[in-house]
Amino acid sequence: MRQSKLALTWGYIALFAISALFIIPFVWLVRSSLMDLSQIFTMPPQWIPKPFHWDNFHRALTVLPFGTFFANTFIIVVGVLVGTVATSSIAAFGFSRIRWKGRDAVFGILMSSMMLPAAVTLIPSFLGWKTIGFYDTYYPLVVPSFFGGGIFNIFLLRQFYLTIPKDFDEAAFVDGATYFQIYARIIMPLSRSVLIVVSLFSFLGTWNDFMGPLIYLKSDRLFTLALGLQMFQGTYNAQWDLLMAASAAVVLPCVVVFLVGQRYFLEGITLTGLKG
Amino acid sequence: MRKGLFYGLLFTSPAILGFLIFTLGPMIASLALSLTDYNVFKAHASFVGFDNYARLFSGEDDLFYKSLGITFYFVLLRVPAVIIISFVVALLLNMNVKGRAVFRTIIYLPSIVPAVASAMIWMWLLNPDLGLINSALRWLHLPTSNWLYSENSVIPSVVLTTLWGIGGTVIIFLAGLSGIPKQYYEAIEVDGGGWYSKLRHITLPMVTPTIFFNTIMAIIGSFQVFNEAYILTQGGPNNRSLFYVFYLWRTAFRDTEMGYASALAWVLFLIILFFTFIVFRTSKSWVYYEGGERA
Repeated sequence: MRQSKLALTWGYIALFAISALFIIPFVWLVRSSLMDLSQIFTMPPQWIPKPFHWDNFHRALTVLPFGTFFANTFIIVVGVLVGTVATSSIAAFGFSRIRWKGRDAVFGILMSSMMLPAAVTLIPSFLGWKTIGFYDTYYPLVVPSFFGGGIFNIFLLRQFYLTIPKDFDEAAFVDGATYFQIYARIIMPLSRSVLIVVSLFSFLGTWNDFMGPLIYLKSDRLFTLALGLQMFQGTYNAQWDLLMAASAAVVLPCVVVFLVGQRYFLEGITLTGLKG
Repeated sequence: MRKGLFYGLLFTSPAILGFLIFTLGPMIASLALSLTDYNVFKAHASFVGFDNYARLFSGEDDLFYKSLGITFYFVLLRVPAVIIISFVVALLLNMNVKGRAVFRTIIYLPSIVPAVASAMIWMWLLNPDLGLINSALRWLHLPTSNWLYSENSVIPSVVLTTLWGIGGTVIIFLAGLSGIPKQYYEAIEVDGGGWYSKLRHITLPMVTPTIFFNTIMAIIGSFQVFNEAYILTQGGPNNRSLFYVFYLWRTAFRDTEMGYASALAWVLFLIILFFTFIVFRTSKSWVYYEGGERA
């Protein structure tokens, strides 16, 4: 498509302006996290910390046991990742590579649960976990991922599995392979990139989850980073330097994971937009 | 391929069980709970019929109508804002510009920031005395605002903070835009049409399925806003940001009225279902599917 010079120039101006708006909050986060309060309160605001207060990070992360919060979050993330990758790929295989009566109807019913507001299942789920004695443990946060790992992930994987030629399975069948062998030796190795997408989405979803830990965790020692940060804000609500340092420390792993896996992310979101 | 049904059910059993245990079961349980006065401090629940629903709609609980109104206002502001801004940004990214990948990364990046951290950043940016936004407005000699701390500006301020995370919607629009065949635009150029005819007669009709998808997602997400209410405002000031799900959470987990909160949950479910249905129904008249086939 041809574009006039003028249109392109305006396009650049608009893109630079929008990018600036999107990036300024990050810049503000980082500069505030490296200043002491007297610099933060200077008017008009300064952009560059002078001097750089790297000790903010040390102070922010030691006043509360952020090491523990980090370890807790990590444990939950690993549990959810294992459950999600294992069971969503198995289920997606059953919904795409095996032909059985009622398959697409069952899949459609499961898909419809994506539209269900979490609030509807929240209270009975909470009461159920509490009744069997798992309130204030990680079970309610991890165990559900071992049951299919979320219909969204099954959907993503199924979309991908449907693009793999049927001949692969049929040839293996002729050689006497079972469904399990086809899943493990043919489909899994081919779906490396889409499994990375699923892992990245689950990592971020779990790392960022706030409502789940808020409802199921009571003891401080079990808190995740998201809960810890919120608790920090309640205690040190005027200490913007420390608050920003703690926030930056929570954001950083996500940014690193995103930048490393960026290519997969964009592919994954694009897969979402395809008609199922 | 014999025994398809056996193996099919075997492979999909984790997902089917998960659906029964963590979705369908709790859904039915919450409907049942909504007909009781279950309170965590009471020994057992007693059946009260539709009393909870009667209490909701009778106006006895004025916070119900208040939170419903606030949430509608939020949805009404946020959904069009998300759709229009994401679409415009996607159009810009779809131009033949250099450094597209860099712009795209910058615009997507905020959507991966954890909600708690994003809330902290925005509380600080919107701080009435020391925040960057008011400082910038003062520097430009423009009127400032109390943002999250004033009754009239709190909802638009929350909308503003969520617009930082529109990256996912932009990327989906971009995927929709890149699927439009180039020949269509060339045909318009041959006829001497400019950018407006291209937008009006090709781009817009061709991305209606994407607009449709994104609108549904934005409606479902906006009705359920919780983190922002909890972290940014705690429903304040003076209950002016008492979002529906936040009110539900407060009723269930602070006031421990599980039965009444379940009725709140079901009302929300029906509201979301209703709006999704409306969008689906109207889609016949405005969503274009290639090949003339309409959903």
